Parts: sequence; structure tokens; C-alpha cells
Amino acid sequence: MGVEVVRVEHLVKSFTLRKQKSVKESLLNASRARTKNETFNALDDVSFSIDAGESIGLVGPNGSGKSTLLKIIGGILTPNQGRVQVRGRVAALLELGAGFHPDLSGRENIYLNASVLGISRAETERYFNDIVEFSGIEDFIDTQVKFYSSGMYVRLAFSVAVHVDPDILLVDEVLAVGDEPFQQKCMDKIRQFQQEGRTIVFVSHAPGQVADLCDRAILLEKGRVVVDDTPLIALGRLRRNYQQVIEADIESNETEHSTYQASIDSIYLTSEQPSYHHYEFQVVSPPGLTLCANIELSFDRPTPDWSLRASIETMLGNHCLSVDTRDFRDEALPVGQGQQKCVLRFPDLQLGEGDYVINLSIHDQRGIRLDTITRAGLFAIRTNGHSMGQVYSDPTIDFS
Amino acid sequence: MSLASERMERLAAEPLRDTNLPLGFISGTARSLGVIWSRRELVLLLVKREIKSRYKDSVLGLVWSMVRPLVMLLIYYLVIGQFLGAVRMIPSFAVYVFTGLTVWTLFNEIILMGTRSILDNAGIIKKINLPREIFPLATVGSAGFNFVIQLVILVAAALIVGGGVNPAQLHYSLLGVLVAIIWGTALALVLSAANVYLRDVQHLVEVLLLIGFWVSPVVYSWPMVASQVGSTLQEIYMANPITVAVFGMQQGLWSGGDATFFPDHLLARLLIAFGLGLVALFLCQRVFDLLQRNFAQEI
Repeated sequence: MGVEVVRVEHLVKSFTLRKQKSVKESLLNASRARTKNETFNALDDVSFSIDAGESIGLVGPNGSGKSTLLKIIGGILTPNQGRVQVRGRVAALLELGAGFHPDLSGRENIYLNASVLGISRAETERYFNDIVEFSGIEDFIDTQVKFYSSGMYVRLAFSVAVHVDPDILLVDEVLAVGDEPFQQKCMDKIRQFQQEGRTIVFVSHAPGQVADLCDRAILLEKGRVVVDDTPLIALGRLRRNYQQVIEADIESNETEHSTYQASIDSIYLTSEQPSYHHYEFQVVSPPGLTLCANIELSFDRPTPDWSLRASIETMLGNHCLSVDTRDFRDEALPVGQGQQKCVLRFPDLQLGEGDYVINLSIHDQRGIRLDTITRAGLFAIRTNGHSMGQVYSDPTIDFS
Repeated sequence: MSLASERMERLAAEPLRDTNLPLGFISGTARSLGVIWSRRELVLLLVKREIKSRYKDSVLGLVWSMVRPLVMLLIYYLVIGQFLGAVRMIPSFAVYVFTGLTVWTLFNEIILMGTRSILDNAGIIKKINLPREIFPLATVGSAGFNFVIQLVILVAAALIVGGGVNPAQLHYSLLGVLVAIIWGTALALVLSAANVYLRDVQHLVEVLLLIGFWVSPVVYSWPMVASQVGSTLQEIYMANPITVAVFGMQQGLWSGGDATFFPDHLLARLLIAFGLGLVALFLCQRVFDLLQRNFAQEI
């Protein structure tokens, strides 16, 4: 390990947003044209380096510069400032089926597409049967591509793409295509690439995929590197930011306003079983704990028939469970007034190994949200490894 | 695991290289040529794609490539040559026109299709890193294919009608074709790149080519020009490389007229046009290399 294959130094890429494209318009507006052009920085002083054999996930919201970065590493775009250096053969899979011509047969398109991707004719001939077999569309190989279903099209395109032989593979959102069995095949192929020591950099909006495949993730925001760490940390941060955006959207769309006001002042997680603290997690415990959320609330005036909702989700935002006091209690909560403390208990929580967060919100009698607090408390479940997945069970086996 | 460690060793031995290389006047050309040469298979495949897709699903297929030139030949022979009497001023008029037309069409197609080639392949250019010159070059290939078909018809027709092929002067024709290809390629490179930044270019090119057709002696002859204008204007007229190429083509493949049908020093003019064409090609490639750096974001 330790062979640097990608080095990115102080990379800046700015785009000019031009609004005119014809001679007439630019002549007419010659004087104004210059002021009208706006530039924006798609990448702003980005630096990092990648070692051989690493698998890196590039994550971030839309327009954060992920694809631009990938295109610059792949030599498709030219940076304004800064430097990108690479070692070895680079292949960029930014689009499947580049160069496919609808009027040509699958066979002819394989040769064309392979050549576009930089595979020589001799290599293509050698891999031809593999490519066709991988795609699983042997019967249609001499049919014109325009008659293919969209699934067949991407399967063929992907099959050609995975036969490139790069040291560095740049992938943009094209990792898993087709139906489920084919997606499985795609993922197996990527794992094989990893075992062969190839470096993979990929852009993805699927947190599960990044967490699954990568050993490092870079979070970009507005063209800057915000987090460069393990996938879990980068994705956790991304998730939190998304949550803020979603909430802001909800708030701006909320038309109904309650006559009551209330707030969640604090929340602290504890366990009734032996557990320990960690600088990051309030509770670290084996499964089967009784999780207690110690909550402090305040109401500006007596609020009758209010309710409390809580949900537990994984760091990556997968929903595990949610509760509502209206559902599990027969009578209404006591009238809320002033400062109040309560403890919400989740007994015998059989969660699987992983890191979890809790979200809370309070609502008035009509169900209008008064306050919400997301990713309020972090806790972790550590198991003995007897089972995998979000739910824990300690299995036994008996023979009769 | 051995595969992985082999790769590590190989990579460790390689130096880091910049993805964005300096423009370099001479070194840049050498590098461009090297990269284009390494992708020659792709150029051929693109030419094939162009030709195959054009006649896919048609029963007669390639025959259609011959029908148009044949009909044109017939029109020139019958309507303009015989009915309108052009044959009285230019012997073997049909062969004369068709000879000029063949080389003009080659030049015309290279520029017309070449100018659009970058935009037509926007999908690939935006997503794949490859030498972008291959797209204009591929159009040169498919224009060349059409040219060969027309040439075959021309030679065959000339043998039947008479008034064709001067075996001793075929090198004029060869030079003429080379001049047309080199100048066509050079211009196609620059125009295709300019067209990315300003879409008006492709429309402008259509108009200019329309004028260009009449500026070259395709349907009229040199004596008609020489009798109308003075020697200075004659020199300006002859400064057009395509005019020189058309004369060269006629010198080798049309035997209807005598030396008065051709300007003086034609061979020297052809060689100069060829030499200047190479310089133009070099300069145009440099301009293309400069402009292509922002293709992916401008398309």
C-alpha cells in the first residue's frame, strides 16, 4: 500500500453562465455582455490524494461539484487552476453506451463502444464472448440496438464497460443497472475489481452503496471538501445536512400554524442496563437494552391533548421504528405547561450492530408540529456478532 | 492477491503524470499525433458506423451512393451539355463537369460534415476522454468513401463516352485530391471547434460553400475566366487552393481540351497549395487543440 495514484492540488474550476449563443445577440448586447456573464465556482480549492487500491465515494448534494471533479480527474474537463496528477491507466465510466448507434446491431455496437472506451480491437475480440455472456442477451446480439428494451440496452452497455482494464476507475452513478440479478452481477464485478487492486472513485447518491463498497468517502459541498473520512462519518454529516434542507422546505411549506408554542429543550439518552459512554455516542450497549430518552420540554401556555412522536433510524437514514404517544397510550398526555420533564422508554430494544440516531417532535391536538429535533441523540449497539442486520437475535440450533 | 500486488509494483514504478498538459507548439503537435494514431481503430469504426447507418434498412444499400452521381452525370451530359449547348465551348462537357464536381464534392462534404462532427458527437465528448480530432477525421473518411465511388463512376463513364483520363498526367489529379483533402481537413478542424462556441458557424459555412462552388472552375472553364479579367485578378483567382485542386483533377482525368484550358505553372501551383496546406493543417490543429479544452463544458 501507499502508492499514490491520484493527487489533486488546489483545484479550482469555474463555469461561466452565458445566456447568449448567437452572433446577433452578442453584437446587439456587446456592451452589456461582459457584465451579464456570471461565473460560479464548481470546485473551489480542492485538494486530496488517493492511494492505489482504495475505493473512494464522492458524496454531496446535487451541484456540489462531484461530477466536475470526476471529469477533471478523467481529463475530460480542464481546470482553471490547480493540478491533477495520476498514475496508471484511467477509465471514466460517466455514461453507459457512449457511441452506441441505434441503427447498428448489438455486435457492431460492442466493437464501437469498446473502441470509444479505449479497448483495442484485438482485446474486444478476445473478450467478445465474455461480454455477450455477461450481458445475458445472446439471442439479440445481431438485432439493431433501437429494438432493444431499455434494460437490454444498459445491460449490453455495462457489459462492455466492465471489460475495460483500468488501474483507476471513475464511475458516475452507473454502478448498478438492470434487474436485481443483474445488479448483483454488477456489484460482484466491482468487488472483483477491488480485489484486483484497482482504485475506484465513484459518485453515488445511494448511501448504502457507498457504505458497502468504499473504505473512504469525501463529502463535497459547494465545491469544497467538507469531510474526508470513513464513509459512515461523511454520510452521517451529509444526512444531517439533508435533514436540515428537508425541514426548511417543510417549514416554508407549512401553511397551518398552531395557536400553541412549545419547544424541546434537551434530550439525553441513557440505558437501564450496564452500558458505557463514548465521546461520540451517549449510549453504547449490547442489544436488548431499555433505551431511555430523557426529555425536557417547555410550553408557553397550557396545552391540552398534545403528543410526542419519536423515531429511531440508522446513521444513513434507514428508518427502524417510530412511535407516537397517541398510538401507545389510551388517554391523552397531561396538559402541558411551563417546563416539563419526561422519560420515553423503549424496553427490550433488539437492534442489530450499528450506529443509530433518535428524532423527536411534539404536536398539538390537531397534529400540527410545534417543535422538532432531528438526530437528537446518537447511540451505538455492539453485538457479539451472532447475527447481522438491523434486528438482533441470538440464535441457537438443536438436533433431535 | 498476486494480481493486486503486481499492479502495485507496476504503479509504484510509474511516475505521476499531469492530466492537463501544456499546449506546447511543437511538442503539443507530436503528442496530438501520437494520441490520434493510437486511436486509429476508432476512426475506422466511426467511418464504418457512418456508412453503415446511412444505408441500414434499405434494400439497395450501397447502390444508392452511386445513383445520385449517375443521375447528375446524365443531367450534365444531356441537359446542360447537349440541350443548352455547353459542349460547344467545352469538349466532353459531361466528363469535364463531373471531374471538377467529384473533387469539389469531396472538399464540400469534408467541411460540411466536419463542421458539425463535434456537435453531433456531443454525447461522447462530454463523457469520454479521447482525442476530439477523430470526429472531424472520421468525416474525412466517410467523405473519402463517397469520393471513391464517384471516381469509379467517373472513370467508367469517361471510358464509355470518351474524353477522359490522361495517363501521363495522373499525378496532377492525385495532387489535386491531396490538396482538397488537406485543406478540407484543416478547415474542418477549425470550423468544427468554432461551431461549438458559436452555432452560427455551420450556417455560415453552408453559404460560403455555395459561393465557393462558383468560385472554382467546375461548370465553366479557364479561358472564360482569362478572357474576362486582368492578370492580377487571375492570380487572385488562382490563389484559391480548391481552384488549383479542380484544375489538377481535370488535367489528369479529362482529355477533352488542350493546354489553353489550364493556367500556367499548374504543377508548381499544386505543389505550393499542397505545401501551404500542410502548414495550414498544422496551425489549424494547434487552434483546435486550444479550443477543444473547453468542449465538454461548452457543448
